[in-house]
Amino acid sequence: MMSTPSLISIEHLSRHYGELKAVDTVSFELNRGEVLGFLGPNGAGKSTTMQMITGNLAPTAGRITINGVDLLDQPKLAKAEIGYLPEQPPLYMELTVEEYLNFCAKINGISRSVQSTAIKKAIERCGLGDVQTRLISNLSKGYQQRVGIAQAIIHTPSIVILDEPTVGLDPIQIREIRKLIRELGEQHSVILSTHILPEVQMTCDRVQIINKGQLVFSDSIENLNQSMQATSLIVQFENLPDDVTLGKLDNVNKIEHLEDQRIRIHFDKTTTQQSPAKQIAIEAVNNHWGLLELCPEQKTLEQIFVEITSTESTMQPHEEQKTTEDNA
Amino acid sequence: MNILTIASRELRSLFLSPLAWSILGVVQFIFAYIFLAQLNTFIQIQPQLANIPNAPGATEFIAAPLFATSAIIFMLVTPLITMRVIAGERANKSLTLLFSAPLSMTDIVLGKFLGVVGFLICMAVMLALMPLSLGFSGSLDYGLFFAAWLGLVLLVASFAAIGVYMSSLTTQPTVAAISTFGILLMLWILDWSSDKVTDPNASGALEYISMLRHFEAMAKGLFSWADFMYFILVSAMFLILSIRRLDADRLQH
Repeated sequence: MMSTPSLISIEHLSRHYGELKAVDTVSFELNRGEVLGFLGPNGAGKSTTMQMITGNLAPTAGRITINGVDLLDQPKLAKAEIGYLPEQPPLYMELTVEEYLNFCAKINGISRSVQSTAIKKAIERCGLGDVQTRLISNLSKGYQQRVGIAQAIIHTPSIVILDEPTVGLDPIQIREIRKLIRELGEQHSVILSTHILPEVQMTCDRVQIINKGQLVFSDSIENLNQSMQATSLIVQFENLPDDVTLGKLDNVNKIEHLEDQRIRIHFDKTTTQQSPAKQIAIEAVNNHWGLLELCPEQKTLEQIFVEITSTESTMQPHEEQKTTEDNA
Repeated sequence: MNILTIASRELRSLFLSPLAWSILGVVQFIFAYIFLAQLNTFIQIQPQLANIPNAPGATEFIAAPLFATSAIIFMLVTPLITMRVIAGERANKSLTLLFSAPLSMTDIVLGKFLGVVGFLICMAVMLALMPLSLGFSGSLDYGLFFAAWLGLVLLVASFAAIGVYMSSLTTQPTVAAISTFGILLMLWILDWSSDKVTDPNASGALEYISMLRHFEAMAKGLFSWADFMYFILVSAMFLILSIRRLDADRLQH
């Protein structure tokens, strides 16, 4: 078997549902020991891509190689390298946690002699010790999610694929699951699909953004943070100064008035020019403007999508817009 | 190995569900009633039978008709057991677990089929125990008895294969149940419309497809390879169709 440096290599992967191109010629690679965040709005093609990598869905076109093995040629060999937690954990509600994991261990081909150690380890890593003899149907959503993760790591696969693992959990459960994902990243390569940006920032090394079936962004987490840096401030004063005074401050571009004496100050973001926040604070104290609030605006995921899709990506959206305008 | 893992999980889940237990209970009650009714008749006419040379014995008079009647009950009950094997897992989204594991579709289908057949054989064993108990007080024709019982098991296995296939077609267990029942009943009564009634030279193909025809002979203890192969072929065909159907799940529609 040829050993390739990348664990998963995906080449020109497409999946069409009739007219709809759910995934459209996507190519990417996953390296050993990497936690890859797969970001995208709902319906962007995240789940479809995950399903194809795990062999649940056959691609319309393209090639998936897992650890040097072609998924379509040798599905059994390739699937043994993957642990998958789909959007909805695939659980048998009538079984207990132990029975269920026992079944998972068997179908994943773990040899009889190490089965019980594998089960114990998975239970321990996912913090299921207290509930291992309980019926899965009686567990809370958070614990069920953990059982789903335990199922995905029981055969110590080189790749763990998690599809929106924190959806529908309460904030405490979300924190615990994220911690677990970070821990998984130490031993496995992980692909984490989500539409929650902070989740990716907290857990991943690299980010890919998919939109309308196309990969529109792929970079390290630092570069994403860079491109997310704000270019505006929200400021609230007790005594609002006029726009002219504010406009004279360094680097201020545009001023927008919002409700409650709030204003939004846009500025240019370059390497040499800094945000005017510091200067605003100094001026506010000196002139008794009564500064109540000063906060840099974080860009939301949607804004990033708009930005990325309108700059870097394909020209398609623009062309489409143009034609509709022309028609109008 | 994988097949047995899936089969035992299937069987286990069946026995963890109240549906399976209630089916076992209700069906056993009906079996017992039929058995007692046959036994009663046999005892009543036994004095007359004693005067006839080569008169039918207890096996022919009780066991064979009991198995024949129970086939109808199996036909009613099998769809309820097979309905959720694939459709239910599809609805629960737990089918993904099997698809993502290093298993082939053949493993999955055969595992599920064997699980269901295992349950149905439990029922058939419970059924067989009643006439077997007559062996304590009289003599049974064991050859006839087991030929008839084997016929019943083969019949029930082909019911299960059809049920698994219908379950692989849909996401809703109830739809799978009603369509399985429809097909089973259709295959059962197919020879009613036989063209042989009106035309003695007709081919009799419909008759040949009918399950009832093949089972009737076996239930009387007449084992023939043609009937045996008929049931094996029906089971194999529907299992292959199920495997192909599951493969198609992943493919382009």
